[in-house]
Amino acid sequence: MAYTPGLKVKKETVVQKTRRLPIPGEVLVKKDDVVEFDTIVARTKVPGDVETIRASQILGIEADDIEELGQYMLKKTGETVRKGEVIARRVAFFGLSKTFVESPIDGTIEHVSDVTGQVTIREDPVPVEVRAYIPGKVVSVIPKEGVVVDTAATLIQGIFGIGGETHGQIRVAVKSPEDTLTDDLIDSGDAGKVLIGGSLVTAEALKKAAGVGVRGIVSGGVQDKDLRDLLGYEIGVAITGQEESVVALIITEGFGKMRMSSRTFELLKSCEGMDAALNGATQIRAGVIRPEIIVPRAAVSKGDSEGEKAVVSKGMQPGMTVRVIAEPYFGAIGTIVSLPAELQEVESESSVRILEVELEDGRKAVVPRANVEIIEL
Amino acid sequence: MNEMSQTPAFDLGKINVILATDCGSTTSKARFFKRLGNEYRFVASGEAPTTVEAPYEDVTLGVRNAVREVEELTGHKLLSDEGIMLPSQGNTGTDLYVTTSSAGGGLQMLVTGVIKTMTAESAERAALGAGSIVMDVISVDDGRRTYQKIDRIRRLRPDMILISGGTDGGSVRHVLGIVELISTAEPKARLGVGYDLPIVYAGNKEAREQAKKILSSKFALKIVDNIRPTLSRENPEPARDAIHELFMEHVMSHAPGYDRLMKWTSVPIMPTPAGEGKMFRTLAEMREVNVIGVGLGGATTNVYSVYDRKFVRTVSANLGMSYSICNVLKEAGIKNIMRWLPFEMDEVVVRNRLRNKMIRPTIIPQLIDALVLEHAVAREALRLGFAHHKSLARGLRGIQRQRDVSDLFEQSMEEESYIDMMRISIIAGTGGLLSHAPRRAQTALILTDAFQPEGVTKLAQDSVFMMPHLGVLSTVHAQAAMEIFEKDCLVRIGTCIAPKGPVEAEGSLAATVKLDLPDGSSRTEEMKQGEIRLTSLGEGKFAEAEIKPRSNLDVGAGPGKELEVKIEGGVVGIMLDGRGRPLALPEDDATRRRQLVKWFRAIDAYPQAVLDRYEKALVR
Repeated sequence: MAYTPGLKVKKETVVQKTRRLPIPGEVLVKKDDVVEFDTIVARTKVPGDVETIRASQILGIEADDIEELGQYMLKKTGETVRKGEVIARRVAFFGLSKTFVESPIDGTIEHVSDVTGQVTIREDPVPVEVRAYIPGKVVSVIPKEGVVVDTAATLIQGIFGIGGETHGQIRVAVKSPEDTLTDDLIDSGDAGKVLIGGSLVTAEALKKAAGVGVRGIVSGGVQDKDLRDLLGYEIGVAITGQEESVVALIITEGFGKMRMSSRTFELLKSCEGMDAALNGATQIRAGVIRPEIIVPRAAVSKGDSEGEKAVVSKGMQPGMTVRVIAEPYFGAIGTIVSLPAELQEVESESSVRILEVELEDGRKAVVPRANVEIIEL
Repeated sequence: MNEMSQTPAFDLGKINVILATDCGSTTSKARFFKRLGNEYRFVASGEAPTTVEAPYEDVTLGVRNAVREVEELTGHKLLSDEGIMLPSQGNTGTDLYVTTSSAGGGLQMLVTGVIKTMTAESAERAALGAGSIVMDVISVDDGRRTYQKIDRIRRLRPDMILISGGTDGGSVRHVLGIVELISTAEPKARLGVGYDLPIVYAGNKEAREQAKKILSSKFALKIVDNIRPTLSRENPEPARDAIHELFMEHVMSHAPGYDRLMKWTSVPIMPTPAGEGKMFRTLAEMREVNVIGVGLGGATTNVYSVYDRKFVRTVSANLGMSYSICNVLKEAGIKNIMRWLPFEMDEVVVRNRLRNKMIRPTIIPQLIDALVLEHAVAREALRLGFAHHKSLARGLRGIQRQRDVSDLFEQSMEEESYIDMMRISIIAGTGGLLSHAPRRAQTALILTDAFQPEGVTKLAQDSVFMMPHLGVLSTVHAQAAMEIFEKDCLVRIGTCIAPKGPVEAEGSLAATVKLDLPDGSSRTEEMKQGEIRLTSLGEGKFAEAEIKPRSNLDVGAGPGKELEVKIEGGVVGIMLDGRGRPLALPEDDATRRRQLVKWFRAIDAYPQAVLDRYEKALVR
């Protein structure tokens, strides 16, 4: 293993967000417009759900005569219909037998099949709006699809989160990154806020936060068991962001009681009282989405994804700062001392490529290269 | 098209150096082979995290890093600014570069059919056979309402759709109903928005023209022969070949960096399970026996069976050891994972550890407890993967059969898998966890606990994970692939002898095993009920065995009947497994943990000092 990508913890950077509709629609803002968290930047209508009706069966058309369905249709493809409206009628035996097909929904006739005898009706379109999510300037417009919004901000990526996009004023609810965020540290004045915890947020605190209307919580860690109890189900594959009726939660270090890194904690502390955008959505594979806290501010420096690519091409080097991401030194930060080329056996008897690291407390440790991530200071 | 037809002609005599990679979901693995004298051998390997995902979004970065490790270890230069240097000259370049890939989620397919247990099941088998992950199977009778199906199709965003339904000459109505359903839902492709989603139509041939009319304007449609031309015949090859072709043309070319990787390779990129499956199939054909193979990966568990020459491959998406580790937790339940731990660990800690592996999938266990926990999850992932496999490894359904009296006793046979563990001769494993297990005895026990072989079964494993590499290599240079497979890839772990039947009296005799060794000597071993132990027989050694089981137990000749069989040794030896089939673990936590320590100790699965520590903790 050569490199494990770290997470971004940046005091000043340019955050760029592409805000796109799921299908083409109308863009409501122009290039250079200034937008706020909740500005609606684009709008469209997504096609409604469809309902299919076995019309030929209802009308009693024989299987061999299905192509005749069209002649019994009172409504043609593209016409709108209302729930209960008769859309097809068949009169047989000189008017003695009449059969009707009624629309089960409000919508539009989309397809009349002379092969299967089915009629497809699509419900009225559902409006969809896309908000700016971060305040800033519209730097480009993607015609009919959306916009790119740019802002100077503090950006912190978490390792895992739940809950979708939101925003609120930051309040640091604990004294130090070692502290646990408990329910007694939350009160009704926290409605609409984003609370910063330390090493752990308790189940009771999560419940109380939801109760008083807290928008989001950032914590070093959380117990998986509490998360499961809160959601009422087990998260299988790590794709989150769609959770309903929960406070958006971002953990910065991992599962369990995990002291928030001092750098992250201090940075968040420096943002106390400021408004932050927050998104708990996480996807570990297929496009890696990490949860994020974005605090818009005045200063500007350039983005760094090219820099990260440079790191991966270069690989690890002595002197780089790393964080250990597995037992027995989980969470410890240190400096790479050496990177021996040959494989070495660790306690589990696995022969792996290792590195020697000097930890912050002065201890020297041998760690598999795969078990560290490079962090930028 | 078949797997071979796109392969350009090579002058095999000039191939001296071969580089192969597999871009896995978690790790990209480079394997370096050379002709040494008259034979091809494995030389070195290199690994690096896969870089398909953000922020890199370029698979070639990870490939380069893995190949760079090979360069560092061998001093043989392989990389240039443009990619891989071809051909070889002295200590630079390679004559052949091939790769498999399951990165970025592999090939994800939606499968449809008319009847769930008939055409839809045949289509599912064909899609799995092509090495894809089946996201959902939609059929007319799957119990969902039409709007639910449409909603599902829309949300899935597959890489490809396979449509089956109807036998040739039968009714076209139902299969066209499915075609209309897909047309109405208008699903979009997972990767990229600027191209049409590929669809393979392999249904009733009478409905082809109408299917074309409905689908061709919206999708990249490919029409092939019916997957189920008659009820009694399954014809998966044309669909499978079309899937491979579209995988290359439409899917891979849209994954990040693959356009470049495709230019580097000497032959088309193959899905990892297709490469892996090819080697398991070859193994079964070479030995003319029934084989079960498994590839336990980071995101998926692939199970392969070759049984009475019938090959079935299943890919269980979301059962894996890194990205998918918490889905194993979800599917198996925490108790089933924890039952394999020989020490006490709070459920809260177990959960947190598994979650931490999920969010940082590339970490490897540094401590032995972490390794034992991963092995516990592996047993459950394999157990669930095999259950999934067996649900598809069964006879064609929907065939009218003439029944006689004996069938009355076998009415459930159609529903159950045809795989009889007693008739499986080899169980072989590959994938990071199995190949990198520090002790081969660990792999032996994991495979045994998960698959529960019965009678006499050889156990084997991929030495350093190179089966997918050899699978794709075999499409160009079968001889090189086979030489490396036999000499450097296939590790003979040993043979497991496990009588079928329950443990009736712990510690009493389960069977006697008399071994006549090649040097003329012989020895008799006793297998006790509830116990497992090893007896040595080295790699490449064979013995004539006479196995005499207790009256209620069966080793292949019938309950209580003696079996004479030639058995093969291995790096672990002969495992005498008297723990009973099905294997039942004690319910009581302390008793079970003691039992596990005893079993681990008996086959030397973990360091004795560690087992002493576990044992002491149990006494306290």
